[in-house]
Amino acid sequence: MNLLSDAFKWLVAPEQWEGKDGLAVLLGQHLLFTFISVVIAGAIAIPVGWAIGHTGKGREIAVGAAGIARAVPSFGLLILLVLLLGVTHKPEAAVLAFVVLAIPSLLAGAYTGFEAIDRKTIDAARAMGMTEWQILFKVEIPLGLSLLVGGIRAAVLQVVATVTIAAYVNLGGLGLPIITGLNLRRFDMVLGGALLVAVVALLLDMLLAMGQKAAVPRALGSKQRKVRTQDSKSSLAQEKELT
Amino acid sequence: MIEFENISKHYPDGTTAVKDFNLQIPAHSSTVFVGSSGCGKTTLLRMINRMVDPSSGTVRIDGEDISTKNAVELRRSIGYVMQNSGLLPHFTVADNIATVPRLMGQSRRDSRRRALELMETVGLPTSMADRYPHQLSGGQQQRVGVARGLASDPNILLMDEPFGAVDPIVRSELQSELLRLQKELDKTIVFVTHDIDEAFLLGDQVVILAAGAQKLQVGSPSEIIENPANDFVSSFIGTDRGARAMSVKQTPQGPVLVDSQGRTQGRLVEDGPR
Repeated sequence: MNLLSDAFKWLVAPEQWEGKDGLAVLLGQHLLFTFISVVIAGAIAIPVGWAIGHTGKGREIAVGAAGIARAVPSFGLLILLVLLLGVTHKPEAAVLAFVVLAIPSLLAGAYTGFEAIDRKTIDAARAMGMTEWQILFKVEIPLGLSLLVGGIRAAVLQVVATVTIAAYVNLGGLGLPIITGLNLRRFDMVLGGALLVAVVALLLDMLLAMGQKAAVPRALGSKQRKVRTQDSKSSLAQEKELT
Repeated sequence: MIEFENISKHYPDGTTAVKDFNLQIPAHSSTVFVGSSGCGKTTLLRMINRMVDPSSGTVRIDGEDISTKNAVELRRSIGYVMQNSGLLPHFTVADNIATVPRLMGQSRRDSRRRALELMETVGLPTSMADRYPHQLSGGQQQRVGVARGLASDPNILLMDEPFGAVDPIVRSELQSELLRLQKELDKTIVFVTHDIDEAFLLGDQVVILAAGAQKLQVGSPSEIIENPANDFVSSFIGTDRGARAMSVKQTPQGPVLVDSQGRTQGRLVEDGPR
């Protein structure tokens, strides 16, 4: 209990947040690493996942590759990449390690989103005369969005937790107080840093959970409420039937 | 007119869905493909809008070989209604109906007006225009599906067991609605079903199919009932026993028709149609 209150004291002390290695700077670095890594991973994994989901081809390869990527220990990969790319390219090495970490979740989110769509819906869209691109943009992406955001959520959570290891190669981030604290045996610092990472992770997760709700096709979201105000009796009755 | 000429369809796994099929489907009338599941009737239907391409043979619409046409444009020019409606769940009723006009570049306003017009045609209250498919009953969804099939005012309407998934009361309602619509619109309708009663009710021409899309008999309902081609056809349509095997029974009020179960089904009158 004492340790916990010490950690809080350390965390809220204004002097911790100021300066070159202050928490504000570290938090910014942490979020930037997370953001850049997830964006790069998304730029790679989402189109590939959509292509797999749309064509139904290459799924086994993707599952295999994602499995391998999941099995790679991020810390080991980071050290290896720093050694391979050289110490002058540490940020690139770190981002690359986090990208590898984020890809499996994003890939899975993208193609499972498509796979969850009723085949008949897509068949009908094609039979009406939609081109393959129109099927992709008007049917598959909107209907698969909710599961994709789920994948983004998982990826962000993993990356934001793992970016703490960037401090091991002197790249800052919220891992710094944890590592420094361990060396100095300052456990208030270790716990404070860890708490801050946890809080950031929870906040991001909440934000993306809201995004995921918003990504559910309007059919099941806000529009339904609009209809209810127009035509409250029948909609309510129908809703009862549905539940 | 739609023509099938020497059509075959083989799949890579060695199965033959259609073997050397020939048929002419006259324009402005309805033709029903009827047969048990797996007989290839849906495959034949989907060859008309190139959702399936035949392995060999030619499908012609008004004399033109459709394999030379762009598949997407061909599909937009042909109405398609499927089982379970196949509506886009994230589109409103009006947007679902307006899909094809929108794809063909009509303005949002014009296609919405068209959608509302069609809702009235198929007997849906226009107040449902902004609902989503899951907020409708199965019968209503099917009506939306029919309206969507008619949206671009196609000459040809393909219907793949459109009433297969609704309850019998709604089904007969939709069937009579379709008959009314056909009188009004005079389309070339190709309809697939496994229900022989539905086939006889809706078809000007009925095509009875067996496995491999083998034609057992082609003709009007009257021709088939009066002169079934073979024993299989008579048992399939139920003229050897069952609902369509009638016998005459004399009663004090005049002769009546009795089915094979001994239930009276109707009265024999002197001056029927024709």
